[in-house]
Amino acid sequence: MFGCLRRRWSRRRSGSLDRQKASGAGYSRVVHCNDPEIQEDDRPLYPLNAVSTTKYTIANFLPKSLFEQFRRVANLFFLVVACVSFSPLAPYRAVSILLPLVVVVGATMAKEAVEDWRRKKQDIEVNNRKVMVYDGSHAFYQTEWKRLRVGDIVKVEKDQFFPADLVLLSSSHDDGICYVETMNLDGETNLKTKQCLQVTTMLCSDHSFQKFKALIKCEDPNENLYSFVGTMYHEGTQYPLSPQQILLRDSKLRNTQHIYGLVIFTGHDTKVMQNAMDPPSKRSKIEKRMDKIIYILFTSLVLLSSTGSIFFGIQTKQDISDGKFKRWYLRPDKSSVLFDPKGASLAAFCHFLTGLMLFGCFIPISLYISIEIVKVLQSTFINNDQEMYCEESDKPAQARTSNLNEELGQVNTILSDKTGTLTCNLMQFVKCSIAGVAFGSGLTAVEPGLGGLKQYCTFEIEDLPHSPAVSRKTVKGFEIEDPSHSPAVSRKTVKGFNLRDDRLMDGHWVNEPNSDFIQKFFRTLAICHTVVPVIGNKSSEIYYEAESPDEAAFVVAARELGFEFYERTQTSISLHEFDPKIGRDVDRSYTLLNMLHFSSARKRMSVIVRDEEEQLLLFCKGADSAIFENLADDGRLFELETKRHIDEYSEAGLRTLAVAYRKLSEEEYKTWHAEFLMASNAVTADRDEMLDAAAEKIEKDFILLGATAVEDKLQKGVPECINKLAQAGIKIWVLTGDKLETAVKIGFACDLLRKGMRQIVVTLDTPDMNALEKQGRREAFEKASYESIARQLNEAHSQVTVSKEISIPFALIIDGKSLGFALSRNLENLFLDLAIRCASVICCRTSPKQKAMVTRLVKCGTRKTTLAIGDGANDVGMLQEADIGVGISGVEGMQAVMSSDFAIAQFRFLERLLLVHGHWCYRRIAAMFPLLHQDGVQNVFFSWTRIIRWMLNGICSSIIIYFLSTSSILIQAFRHDGKPAGLAELGVTMYTCVICTVNLQMALYLSYFTWIQHLFIWGSILFWFIFLVIYGFFPPAISTTAYLVFIETCFQNPFYWLTALFTVISALLPYFVYSTLQANIFPKYHDIVKRMPSTSSP
Amino acid sequence: MNNSYAGPSSASADASATRRNSKRPKYSKFTQQELPACKPILTPQWVISVFTLIGLIFVPIGVASLFASNNVVEIVDRYDTECIPKNMTDNKIAYIQNQAINKTCIRKVRVPKDMDQPIYVYYQLDNFYQNHRRYVKSRNDAQLRDEKKANETSGCDPEKTAANGSPIVPCGLIAWSLFNDTYTFTRGNQSLTVNKTNISWKSDRDHKFGSNVFPKNFQNGTLVGGGSLDLNKSLSEQEDLIVWMRTAALPTFRKLYGKIEVDLKKNDIITVVLKNNYNTYSFSGKKKLVLSTTSWLGGKNDFLGIGYLTVGGLCFFLAAAFTVVYFVKPRKLGDTSYLSWNRTGTGR
Repeated sequence: MFGCLRRRWSRRRSGSLDRQKASGAGYSRVVHCNDPEIQEDDRPLYPLNAVSTTKYTIANFLPKSLFEQFRRVANLFFLVVACVSFSPLAPYRAVSILLPLVVVVGATMAKEAVEDWRRKKQDIEVNNRKVMVYDGSHAFYQTEWKRLRVGDIVKVEKDQFFPADLVLLSSSHDDGICYVETMNLDGETNLKTKQCLQVTTMLCSDHSFQKFKALIKCEDPNENLYSFVGTMYHEGTQYPLSPQQILLRDSKLRNTQHIYGLVIFTGHDTKVMQNAMDPPSKRSKIEKRMDKIIYILFTSLVLLSSTGSIFFGIQTKQDISDGKFKRWYLRPDKSSVLFDPKGASLAAFCHFLTGLMLFGCFIPISLYISIEIVKVLQSTFINNDQEMYCEESDKPAQARTSNLNEELGQVNTILSDKTGTLTCNLMQFVKCSIAGVAFGSGLTAVEPGLGGLKQYCTFEIEDLPHSPAVSRKTVKGFEIEDPSHSPAVSRKTVKGFNLRDDRLMDGHWVNEPNSDFIQKFFRTLAICHTVVPVIGNKSSEIYYEAESPDEAAFVVAARELGFEFYERTQTSISLHEFDPKIGRDVDRSYTLLNMLHFSSARKRMSVIVRDEEEQLLLFCKGADSAIFENLADDGRLFELETKRHIDEYSEAGLRTLAVAYRKLSEEEYKTWHAEFLMASNAVTADRDEMLDAAAEKIEKDFILLGATAVEDKLQKGVPECINKLAQAGIKIWVLTGDKLETAVKIGFACDLLRKGMRQIVVTLDTPDMNALEKQGRREAFEKASYESIARQLNEAHSQVTVSKEISIPFALIIDGKSLGFALSRNLENLFLDLAIRCASVICCRTSPKQKAMVTRLVKCGTRKTTLAIGDGANDVGMLQEADIGVGISGVEGMQAVMSSDFAIAQFRFLERLLLVHGHWCYRRIAAMFPLLHQDGVQNVFFSWTRIIRWMLNGICSSIIIYFLSTSSILIQAFRHDGKPAGLAELGVTMYTCVICTVNLQMALYLSYFTWIQHLFIWGSILFWFIFLVIYGFFPPAISTTAYLVFIETCFQNPFYWLTALFTVISALLPYFVYSTLQANIFPKYHDIVKRMPSTSSP
Repeated sequence: MNNSYAGPSSASADASATRRNSKRPKYSKFTQQELPACKPILTPQWVISVFTLIGLIFVPIGVASLFASNNVVEIVDRYDTECIPKNMTDNKIAYIQNQAINKTCIRKVRVPKDMDQPIYVYYQLDNFYQNHRRYVKSRNDAQLRDEKKANETSGCDPEKTAANGSPIVPCGLIAWSLFNDTYTFTRGNQSLTVNKTNISWKSDRDHKFGSNVFPKNFQNGTLVGGGSLDLNKSLSEQEDLIVWMRTAALPTFRKLYGKIEVDLKKNDIITVVLKNNYNTYSFSGKKKLVLSTTSWLGGKNDFLGIGYLTVGGLCFFLAAAFTVVYFVKPRKLGDTSYLSWNRTGTGR
């Protein structure tokens, strides 16, 4: 539980969850620009722009890294032992303990040093980059990045990185727009537009800054990349600053000759540096448990040594009694401290220390480093797995952290995003409903009723002739046009567009009865968006840079039907539009007045424009609920039909949006605009809420135009993968923003929901509830909702518990609104308990925050390993909340990948990642103690009972080895020539038994032999004998008791071999009997599967 | 995907570009974890054959070992209690420490079976910790090997130097506590010579004890430990010392005293004249004289034979038990119906 809390605070990246944190920060930053009246001393002290990302400096490297090293319990123990081993207490030479310690610690420190040196070199390079800075009087001069200060004006050229966080003052484009690539920040490759304030657009040359004076008050440094609150005071007027004006360090200027910017955050204050903290270190359960094991071993070590020294003390004490020597051959009268009968307790204490050292091999010093090596190898295996390489996107799997490899094998619950994760996130505009008429007839991949339903996007371009049978076009990326096709053919292969309806195509829509609605519908699609058109450099084709594939699909659809969006400025949007009155294409420009960006609260976006007839229009597209709630009474003409169509579409697994518009009167707009300006000028944390509230005031009285349906195909192999994961006992929860119906259909399509499963739907979308909601009494509605959810959950819970015996699998489907109540403190546990008993869980209409909350609930509630998988920025919270975050390096940029622990290109690779790599990693790590997947989920391989069982096996084997070999050799002649065995002979025999037993034990445990295993197992045994022979030939000064011991006394002695054989077999027998009994009479899952004749390699 | 920013380029050019700079992992059997492997499975047949095989190997070995052990004739005679004059049984330590008392003692032993030569003569000590850490380290190998290194006495405390400061050779507690009981054997009137050569390991004689190293200052201290050495014989010839200094692993041990190279007949009476010099009374250790023949497997010890027979028998039993289970309640190999998700159908 504590871990959960801590994780919550250690989250670093943006996300709606961080809102509160941002509000906690102050708004104290004051930036003076070009103000000669302010003396240097009066300027607030902000750090310089130099950055340092190193962990150590030369001065503190040694102490700090040593400190880091010896924070590990085992290392510290060995350090102490090494120190003591220089004293005569040591049972062996000091070097034999010091050498491994130095190697282990030295290797780790060297690794740290090299890594830090690389960081240092990178820092130096970055700090010495050049930038043009305004000198305060008339010109710009070049300086290094590290010399930049807050308040400087800089000029950044095309394709340069921004040296600090800047406020955009002006750009080489007239309208003050510039394009920015933020790959280094969030990995997204699409260009983003930034726009300066209107007042500063004229500062477009080096000389124009002489008279420019400004003061900026803004938020303190924080790590939130997508929010900024500030105000610029210029010539007595306040101007609100938004993220639109902020250029972040480490992003790049593109498609713009140069820009002028004002430095507001420098060095470590910049947003990117604020983000560049160490990722929250997720420690694997095994590692945590390993520490506990070390403690246990240490305890037993202490016990063993103290028992031994107590007996030693008693014995030693008795060596002299009444002046008589007992064991006279030890000369107790002239003893050293270590054996002095007169100071028996001190001697016993010394003996205790000796014992600690002697049995120190209990604590495997190399364990950490071995585990480290194994983990690096495992990461290499994951990174190099060809079966997890995605040919189409040229992306291999990527283990971004090696800490959690074995955790992959223990995943209990997978929380998956849908769009882009289960599906391709390559949108195709397939259907639409305009003015109550449904257009588009193409079959979709997830059409209901078909058993198979499994049609995936394949990514390849099919150059098949156009026919209805192949009308389902395959898609690739978002270039809108494929130049290899002539324009005549191109329509068939347009990506993102698959609407087949002759009533609309080729301008036929003009003849439709509601053609004015159709015109408005597509006009809305062409205007209401944030897409940036880019003119290709080879042809006159236009490419669209869209933030989401949905938007691109809309713009493309509008173009295909004759509304081609071709230019966007700060104040206008221009279309090539087919005018039915004139009968040909005309260029039409719409003055862009306001853009009400999409927010997850409103679930819609709107654009307010003035058309060429000076008419004020508001175009809006958004979730159907968000639109239908706000329809004007005369705008409900097609409400029923549209609703029906939307339901049909979402049942077919399509993503739907409703489209509406309204006309505005000048007065209405004016009053509203003043209000809106005030909200956007606010320099407070709740500005976003204020903006939303302002937007809601004008987003009403819509006239419904229709609805769109966009298809998102399932990724290849998803149903199979989900099926296999389910077989492996892993639960899969799908958390999606889609509508309930869409989510259910997708659930069926990807095998998450199956026939014969009993569905439990928890929803607030009932007539009663809707009626209550319409009455608008918020409190009453909430109370009723809560009660309804509580009742539904309770009913479902009893239903599930009752029918547990008949073992019908249940599927829980819950929508976002209900989830909000279900996640409340009182219902949380009931919900979790219900969800755990269901085979599949689908949460639809969830917000990013809810996704993270559900993840946390599952993680903390079940205390089992959770894995979250997603591809978009909205999944970041979930990925970081889960024990393991897996990012899909797909279409929606790299943000999810950046905050993930593992990155794969497609969902289907998850199967291999978990079931193959995860399982192997887990077994391999767990088997590292001398001491099938479902097992992994139950944590069998590393469970305490298992650890204890291995320990018992170890103890049992050592007892057998000790007693059998000593009883065999005993006192009698050891050979035919009558010589009895001494210390050396017994030692060799016993150690031979140990080596053989350990290696053969390993061979018995292994289920899989390649030449590597053969080499190491048989090689180890062979090496022991070779070592004995070679070491025996060393002169006796070096080899001492081992001199010729094997060759002379043991090699030709049948008794030696027979004793070894007998002891080894006897020591192995208990384990062998146990495992055969268990495999054949009480089989474990992996034993059964191993025996399945058809199983190919796991 | 990379295409989205690659800008306008033909699909084929794009494809070839990705092929050239492909991030596709390189193929090797190791990185793909596709090394050829064998996967042994503990099938019932396999298990039964393994147990049977072990049984088949172990039982004959057991029989052979037991047979060998039974062929060994061993005479063990404990004499530490018997060789004390009746009046001193209460004060054994005073008896043994008193140099004035004659320690000669006569024992008679009967040969139970024919004993073919060579007959090995051992002394067996009990409760004597030759493996004590202080004891086992109390020697200096360099000094024993090389006459020039006589001064190297490190580790030999407290038997390091004589009173005048010159080094003791051989130094240390092991040599100092040298066993010094002696035995002479007669059968009727015939005296049985004890051959005391080659009772130590050859490597010890040749490489660990120098042929030019002679005892110096040995047993000259105030406290005399065990036996003394012949000052005119080099250490490599003093085989009793070499045998003694090859320390035993356990507190009960036998050491070779010599060999009698005459066959002994059943019911022969051997008279042993022994000198009971060595003090084991302080630490209540027993002393035994052992006469034994050897087999190909060494001396008499039934443990190994019985052990082999037991384990072999157990394996036969297990093989039989598995066979019974296998026939009575056969289970199909890889029967997936035992898997939980097939049992419950829910995927848990």
